[in-house]
Amino acid sequence: MFRFITTRFLQSLFALFLVISATFFMVRFVPGGPFTAEKAVTPEILRNLEAHYGLDKPLYRQYLDYLGSLLHADLGPSFKYPNRTVNEIIADKVPVSAELGGISLGIALVIGISLGTLAAVKRNTWIDYVASSFGMIGISIPTFVVGPLLVLVFAIYLGWFNASGWYMPADRVLPAVVLGIAYAAPISRLTRGGMLEVLHQDFIRTARAKGASEFRVVTRHALRGGLLPVVSYLGPAVAGILTGSFVIETIFQIPGIGREFVNSAFNRDYTLVLGTVILYAVLIMGLNLVVDVVQAWLNPKVRLEA
Amino acid sequence: MSNVNTTFLSTALHQPIEKGSSLWHDAWLRLRKNRLAVFGLVALGIIALACFIGPFLSPYGYEDQNLELGAAAPDAKHWLGTDTLGRDLLVRLLYGGRVSIAVGLSATFVALTIGVVYGAVAGFFGGKRDAFMMRTVDIMYSLPFPIFVILLMVFFGRNIILLFVAIGAVEWLTMARIVRGQVMAIKKMEFIEAARSLGFGRRRIIFRHILPNILGPIIVYTTLTIPAVMLLEAFLSFLGLGVQPPMSSWGVLIKDGAEKMEEFWWLLVFPGTVFSLTLFSLNFLGDGLRDALDVRSSKD
Amino acid sequence: MVLLFGCSKSDQAAAAKVAGAKQGTLPPNSLLIGNGTEPQDIDPQIVTGVPEHRILMALFEGLVTENPKDLSPEPGVAEKWEISPDGLVYTFHFRADLKWSDGTPLTAQTFIRSYQRMLTPSLAAEYSYLLHFVKNAKEYNEGKLKDFSQVGFKAPDDRTLIVTLNSPTPFLIKIIASHYSWYPVPIHVIEKFGGMDRKGTAWTRPGNFVSNGPFKLKEWRQQQVLIGERNPNYWDRQTVKLDEIHFLAVENQDTEERMFRTGQLDMTNELPLAKTDVYRKENPEALRIDPYLGVYFYRLNNTKPPLNDKRVRKALALAIDRESLVKNVVRGGQQPAYGVTYPGTAGYTPEAKLTGTIEDAKRLLAEAGFPNGQGFPKLDLLYNTSQNHRVIAEAIQQMWRRNLNIDIGLRNEEWKVYLDSQDNKAYDIQRAGWIADYVDPHVFLEIWGSDNLNNDTGFANPRYDELLKQALRAKNDTERYGIYQQMDALLVDELPVIPIYFYTRVAAMSPKVKGFYPTLLDNHPFKYVSVTR
Repeated sequence: MFRFITTRFLQSLFALFLVISATFFMVRFVPGGPFTAEKAVTPEILRNLEAHYGLDKPLYRQYLDYLGSLLHADLGPSFKYPNRTVNEIIADKVPVSAELGGISLGIALVIGISLGTLAAVKRNTWIDYVASSFGMIGISIPTFVVGPLLVLVFAIYLGWFNASGWYMPADRVLPAVVLGIAYAAPISRLTRGGMLEVLHQDFIRTARAKGASEFRVVTRHALRGGLLPVVSYLGPAVAGILTGSFVIETIFQIPGIGREFVNSAFNRDYTLVLGTVILYAVLIMGLNLVVDVVQAWLNPKVRLEA
Repeated sequence: MSNVNTTFLSTALHQPIEKGSSLWHDAWLRLRKNRLAVFGLVALGIIALACFIGPFLSPYGYEDQNLELGAAAPDAKHWLGTDTLGRDLLVRLLYGGRVSIAVGLSATFVALTIGVVYGAVAGFFGGKRDAFMMRTVDIMYSLPFPIFVILLMVFFGRNIILLFVAIGAVEWLTMARIVRGQVMAIKKMEFIEAARSLGFGRRRIIFRHILPNILGPIIVYTTLTIPAVMLLEAFLSFLGLGVQPPMSSWGVLIKDGAEKMEEFWWLLVFPGTVFSLTLFSLNFLGDGLRDALDVRSSKD
Repeated sequence: MVLLFGCSKSDQAAAAKVAGAKQGTLPPNSLLIGNGTEPQDIDPQIVTGVPEHRILMALFEGLVTENPKDLSPEPGVAEKWEISPDGLVYTFHFRADLKWSDGTPLTAQTFIRSYQRMLTPSLAAEYSYLLHFVKNAKEYNEGKLKDFSQVGFKAPDDRTLIVTLNSPTPFLIKIIASHYSWYPVPIHVIEKFGGMDRKGTAWTRPGNFVSNGPFKLKEWRQQQVLIGERNPNYWDRQTVKLDEIHFLAVENQDTEERMFRTGQLDMTNELPLAKTDVYRKENPEALRIDPYLGVYFYRLNNTKPPLNDKRVRKALALAIDRESLVKNVVRGGQQPAYGVTYPGTAGYTPEAKLTGTIEDAKRLLAEAGFPNGQGFPKLDLLYNTSQNHRVIAEAIQQMWRRNLNIDIGLRNEEWKVYLDSQDNKAYDIQRAGWIADYVDPHVFLEIWGSDNLNNDTGFANPRYDELLKQALRAKNDTERYGIYQQMDALLVDELPVIPIYFYTRVAAMSPKVKGFYPTLLDNHPFKYVSVTR
């Protein structure tokens, strides 16, 4: 186990290095730069600006400088927000997204897994149809429709919540519900699919034959195997949910990091793009590692090998 | 999960390849008995047919404007109403369906093929090969998507094939991880070991023995991928890749409609309904297919 | 007075509940403004955007300020000023006892040091060109001159500032009144936090930040809200009516409009297009449609056949039904544009107008070798991704097809890719807009000079360039405007760009807000604004 994790860590470190390098050069080849503006900047001022941020140096030099500062955990200054560093922006905004993501993930897992399991156990009954319909509706109605709809109903007509913002605890409710449902839907579908695979297997019949209660059969025996696809899905999904959603954070005006993933690219804020990419890559790699460990735990036949 | 599934073992091991068609034939017979699946199939057929034939029957074109009329609620002339430029929503919805169905199905097919093969190979071989392949997946997940798409356009121009490349590049990743997880769980089972001991080639084991056993999750995830792809197409058209106005797609119509849901409800409700109906049908069909192809459940 | 602005820490709790219907503890005279995107910074010498401008207007005051109704120059830091008869020397006389919000005296010397910072090459201030009218300022800014004492700023005493220009610049006083590039900055604070020539130091953080305007910085939470409170050291504090201004960073128009409806905002930055009619019918007293000094137009690539033929350009321009476009598509009370200069800018209205019928357009196209559109190459119309631009482009595409029988493709690009295409003239026809920084026709006319960086059309007309130079040397506005008439006539004849409409600013604003008058630049000196709750 220890060896597995260290090997995996080293592999991931190398993969992270590749991600950083690829991103560093990719952003530079995209048309437009951080100072491209509607009102043109004179060549002299542009030169001053580039000199200020070290963009006048040869690209390989900038790359080495960037790697050097990364060793000191310094992600550099933001181009778009001159008085903020990328470290500060990430430190400010990640907790907000993670809080919202954590609540949503809870909602998604509870609703998704219980509905999916119920649908599989009560297959082809009205319970299955209701649960499955919820899943399909959740998948087919995008968050940019559900979000404004809930705001119209609960904030504007009923007046229970603010329309958006991140000021009081109640402001968490609507965005967390929207985001939670968005993830609950696919989770419920995957759970149902995974459970159906398992429920017909012989060991479940054996367990039933031995007189175990249906509840026990499902929770103790079937879920272990049935959740396998969900667990695979959760690696990237949790990384996505914890780093915030661009759509949700925009609709609800939430000061999270999710918006920066897209906006930094649009602003050509090179350092912030790299900062968010590193954050996401670390999460993805970490979570996929966790997923592999969990899968091995769920299924003793799977050996951890690196 | 330690028990051998004997029924499947015997079918899988002793069925000569030529007779494979009868397995599909049986599946088709089972599918036909599943009412929801048949409903899904018929509904999909009708929607697809309407999208490809409907526009020829309509007196309007997708770009014919009537600025004086503007956004008008459904009436006898415009069954689903008109958009803010006075264009007939029905005909735009049908044309948009062509785009979305084509993109949704073909991009999903690309993602499905790459994801399944890649995930199965990684999971089956394991070891260094798996590590290399899965770290590559991690890297692909991490690259900034908008930058990637813009770069694609810079180097290759705007081109419909890029649309599939861009969508395919992100959508196969999770599929690959799911398939890999399933394959790893199943490859140590006795019936696979048995196939190995009979000296079957690895390719044959993967495609004839392993994949049929994990069809369920693959089908479910495929039905999740199709709507994701259709909505992703709307984001790509934001970046300038994909269909150019005045042509539209379901994703773009829904996005536009969502911004005007209070004023012009029909602009959201109709595209949204058709979109949902399509996905419901796909899911019913997917569930039916899964059941039909599942040898075990049929013998229950 | 003291009681009024004694905002304590406990107000933070109120601010934490900011916004609208549910807060009871917000100071009663607080204004909640939807302010678009998150401000980049609040250093007047660094920022470039509209949201920042609005915030800076509340926090700072320049030598001269604006009348709240017509934006004409009014005394600010300077209680009076003189301009020499040759138009080259401006002398500003300061008020007595001017102070920064921390109590430090504000003198003419502070202004000189502020301008020195603005022009320091390594600070790389993007708006420094608005100071280039001053003698030797450009040279210093470009690093060609090292000695700042040779730049045309002098302070014979603490209360007098003398500015010497390169050439008479008749609209300079309007720039000083309307643009933040001429604001002073608190050098004493800036030096404490990393020095004069460094961008983005901690001096603009809450707690460090010091300003000289009607309000001072109370709180700034990134991507949420920036709160200004009364500045007790502002010379005209008696006029200030608001206790607090909350600038909420709300990027999305639809979100903003919903916040307005729940009372979380007193005014929005914009209003979604589809909402304009709803407000007209159901909530007319909250709908604000103000004139806005800017023009929406299509750039033509003048170097590329067939657009290098002015008959083709004119045909394209005439085939657009602007009345219908404004009435049915943009729907915000905009004026159709038949020339590029906004009519009535500082008393100037161009006489030359684009005139002609669809028949004329067809004839011109035929004369250019494309009878009934035959053989006309497939051109692209480039716009940046936005629903509003797309809808306009779709409508105009149809008008060209119907009226001229030509097929123009639509091409959208993400904002910075689009700007890059503009800079490289990698377009045929390009959607564009130009918003004035100050109220003078010069703003609309200077950009078509052949060496202007914002021209981007390839249009180069020696006669036009000559007129542009003459106008800057004109003795008075009558003579200058006479030259502008010739320039506008030349533009309408040559049509390097196709004017489409003149902007309006459409927003929702609560009737409880007073003193927020319609102005051409959307500038609203906040000391005159009040709100009754």
